[in-house]
Amino acid sequence: MNMLAWTVYTSFAGVLALMLLPSARARDARKLALVIAVIGLFIGFAGAFQYAAARGTSPVKPENVVQTVAQQSWVPGLGINYFLAADGISIVLVLLTGLAAVVGILFSWNIDRRPKEFFAFYLALIGGVYGVFLSFDLFLLFVFYELAIIPKYFLIAIWGSTNREYGAMKLALYSFIGSAMVLVGIVAAYVVSGAKTMNLIELSHYPFPAGFQSWAFPLVFIGFAILAGLWPFHTWAPTGHVAAPTAASMLLAGVVMKLGAYGALRVAMTLFPLGLQAWSSTIALLAGIGIVYGAMVALVQKDFKFVIGYSSVSHMGFVLLGLMTLNSIGLSGAVLQMFSHGIIAGLLFGVVGRMVYDRTHTRDLPELQGMNLSRAIPFAAGTFAVAAFASMGLPGFSGFAAEMQVLIGAWYAFPTFTILAGLGILIGVTYTLRVLQLSFFSDAEPNSEAAAHALPPITVPERFGAAILIAATVIIGLFPGVLLNLIGPSFASPLFEQLRKVGAF
Amino acid sequence: MSSPSYLGLLALVAPETLVVIGALMALAVDLLVMREQPMRARFWVSAAFAIFGCVAAAAWLMFLNPPSQSGISGLPLLPGMFVDDPLVRLVKVAILGLTILTLLLSTESSFTTHIGEYLALIMLATVGMMFLVSAQDILMIFIALELTSLSLYVLTAFNKRNVRSSEAALKYFLFGGMAAAFTLFGLSLIYGLAGSTGLREIAARLDSPSLDPLLVTALVLTAVGFGFKLAAAPFHLWAPDAYQGAPTPSAAFIASGSKVASFFVLARLMMVGFPHAAGSGAWHAYAPGWLPLFAILAVASMVLGNLTAIAQTSVKRLLAYSAIAHGGYALLGLLANGPQGIASLVYYVITYGLTVLGAFGIVGLVEEKAGDARLSDFAGFGRREPVLAFCMMIFMLSLAGIPPLAGFFGKFYLFTAAAAGAANLGLLWLVIFAIGASAVSLYYYLQVLKQIYVAPAPQGQGSLAAPMSTRVVLGLVALGVVLLGCMPDLIVGRVLAAMQFALAKG
Repeated sequence: MNMLAWTVYTSFAGVLALMLLPSARARDARKLALVIAVIGLFIGFAGAFQYAAARGTSPVKPENVVQTVAQQSWVPGLGINYFLAADGISIVLVLLTGLAAVVGILFSWNIDRRPKEFFAFYLALIGGVYGVFLSFDLFLLFVFYELAIIPKYFLIAIWGSTNREYGAMKLALYSFIGSAMVLVGIVAAYVVSGAKTMNLIELSHYPFPAGFQSWAFPLVFIGFAILAGLWPFHTWAPTGHVAAPTAASMLLAGVVMKLGAYGALRVAMTLFPLGLQAWSSTIALLAGIGIVYGAMVALVQKDFKFVIGYSSVSHMGFVLLGLMTLNSIGLSGAVLQMFSHGIIAGLLFGVVGRMVYDRTHTRDLPELQGMNLSRAIPFAAGTFAVAAFASMGLPGFSGFAAEMQVLIGAWYAFPTFTILAGLGILIGVTYTLRVLQLSFFSDAEPNSEAAAHALPPITVPERFGAAILIAATVIIGLFPGVLLNLIGPSFASPLFEQLRKVGAF
Repeated sequence: MSSPSYLGLLALVAPETLVVIGALMALAVDLLVMREQPMRARFWVSAAFAIFGCVAAAAWLMFLNPPSQSGISGLPLLPGMFVDDPLVRLVKVAILGLTILTLLLSTESSFTTHIGEYLALIMLATVGMMFLVSAQDILMIFIALELTSLSLYVLTAFNKRNVRSSEAALKYFLFGGMAAAFTLFGLSLIYGLAGSTGLREIAARLDSPSLDPLLVTALVLTAVGFGFKLAAAPFHLWAPDAYQGAPTPSAAFIASGSKVASFFVLARLMMVGFPHAAGSGAWHAYAPGWLPLFAILAVASMVLGNLTAIAQTSVKRLLAYSAIAHGGYALLGLLANGPQGIASLVYYVITYGLTVLGAFGIVGLVEEKAGDARLSDFAGFGRREPVLAFCMMIFMLSLAGIPPLAGFFGKFYLFTAAAAGAANLGLLWLVIFAIGASAVSLYYYLQVLKQIYVAPAPQGQGSLAAPMSTRVVLGLVALGVVLLGCMPDLIVGRVLAAMQFALAKG
């Protein structure tokens, strides 16, 4: 089983190929990037089948859960290995990355300013993300995690819109400060364990002293969770999402925020379970506040994209709440929500950024009201309506399956916060319907000047991209078992052994 | 005492001799043969001789004379005066490599007509550095330090047409002279206390656990001198002016090769000479000694260097302040006070030297074209010179510590070594300082990259008139930064193996 490693290699090979592409053929950059992304997606699928076959089912043997993808000694003097492996959680997130990458390229088919560089940075980001999801060596994971910061900065600073340089720098510094906190924790854990190993599974079995865990856990967890939009460290998210070009905001919300949640689960929670126990209710409270706060702020936005930006903060709150439940249904729900939100947020940002903003050149809701968009671009209106319903958590879409599980898990662990989260869902319905109505289905008197300009029709790549994402959210909504069968048994692996002792598994 | 074997002595210092011969050849060829030729030819021919000397020395160190044959502490004539072991050889080869790159980068310069002298001075500074790396005797350390410094003062002043160059050299010289006086005073007190100039003898004599006030004075004075040499705050004042005013190859050399040698010898001086006066800079276990002293210098350098760099508009000054900050990080390797500390320090200063050399190379090209190297002179550089801009991105990101570049692993290794350097994570406070400072630094490195890639190019700015050779050298340097970052074991493995060797023998 070594196929999945090629998701990383193909992405970086794509970066290289794009850089070597002659300038005269820059227009072909998008095709090349699409090919690379599609290959990545297929490797992801093939890897998933390979993984499922090798792991076996009913019952899954715990020792089969984590399967090595690549292992190579790297810096023997420090016990660092190039160690890629996969469990069900990695597989789900690799699939999400593949989908988001392909659709992101379809939605940036119209990039004609410096396309070579755009797609090179884009694929570098994708490669880093794949790498994080597959690393089981702490050092390697951190390398890929930081590798993803710089492409984000350039994608936003060069191709972004509103306040792009500010948004880009804010995002880069927040990410870097988050990873600095993580680095302190990693270095401290490495030194304290004294085991001269960076292997995540081996480190997770080391009994770190409780006093050490009580400060190392919040340091590492929050360091990662900054990127997952944990309130009150979420402020990079709305500005970053708004400033980013469509494909980048799809990736930011779709996969980059998941990097944070994934790191929090994979590193902070597995290494420092005692610290987690001490802090779980505090962080659950922050997550609950994030759910309600994000939803309420989304309710009063005038900028279309800010609504989606804040809704991401709210929905990521469910992921963090699910992680804190420490029971298998809540944790599975959290991972499923990572996937589901990645798909739905990608769709929402695609509609707002590509289908609407690139055509109307405004995201101001009062202005959009006068444009009668449901007539002008009915496909966008339909797609957005579907995405909105999925985002609200209507049964039949992936959001329902995921948030439901998180709520059930949270009910066992924190009944009070569950009410908070339920309130968040309610407000979520409100702001989603509000924005749907204001942007597409408004009764306002058509603004004659704006209506005079016919909007260009929705292109084929956009239709394809939207169809892929809608299909994904519906399939997972109807058959969540496809992913849950991958996710659930993962918590039985040796990696989570210490965590299982503090949780209600 | 038997009569000295001069032949054995010559074999011991053969690499240094080869470099001196290279220097003299370069000088002679330029003055005697190439006088009437065009500038470029003169530079290339003389530099070829100089580079040949360096390559011969490096080859001698690596292949011709395996270290197992020559003793650890040299000849009986010079106990501890001249050390020759695999670790020293590795550092010397690195210094020679940096010298070769500096020579290659200076071949297309036009700031001077005294080509032979310029190249010879670079080579003499290199000899000084090589002796510095081998020195395990305070007298020897001082002489080598002076040989290096005097050459560097003149190299700084070499652009006679530019008043800034003279100003920079004067400042560098005055500060340097003062610092040398401090160092010498400190070292003379140490001699008075220990009655010996050899570091091992000093360590053996000064073994009392309580600190003699006179020893404290001596250590502080020495630290001041070295603080100057390393441009550690608060003794950094010369650095920004010197970096800005000096001809670019000189500045690159001051920032790279000289740093490697100075850090290495400082670590040797402190760790070998004063193991009993180390004290502790740990959070709850403070004990007076040189460790807390350098901890203060490290923190001051990291904070001051990074915060001041944010406000700079000249890229050369920005690099100077960032060099101060990097000096602060590197001191963490010294503070780790152990084999891993040395290994991380060596890896860090070598890769830092390589990176900063490349960065200065590009800044020099821009300066030649635009007349200055302000941040705004880099606007649109990414469109005009995609390849060089990409190299600059690698250098800046490596300095900022982004993986998979060499700067990242260097910092990671330093921080790990420092965190493990005291019991109970005692030095973690320093590591937190360093990691925080390094998060700040990303801001100003991104400012440079923002100009290069995001800012629109001003009208009428074509590509640089950069010669092919410079491009190739810069590309190779960038490749080296990436390779050493992806495969840190190329250096780390060797250093650790070399130290095993030293421990086994000594």
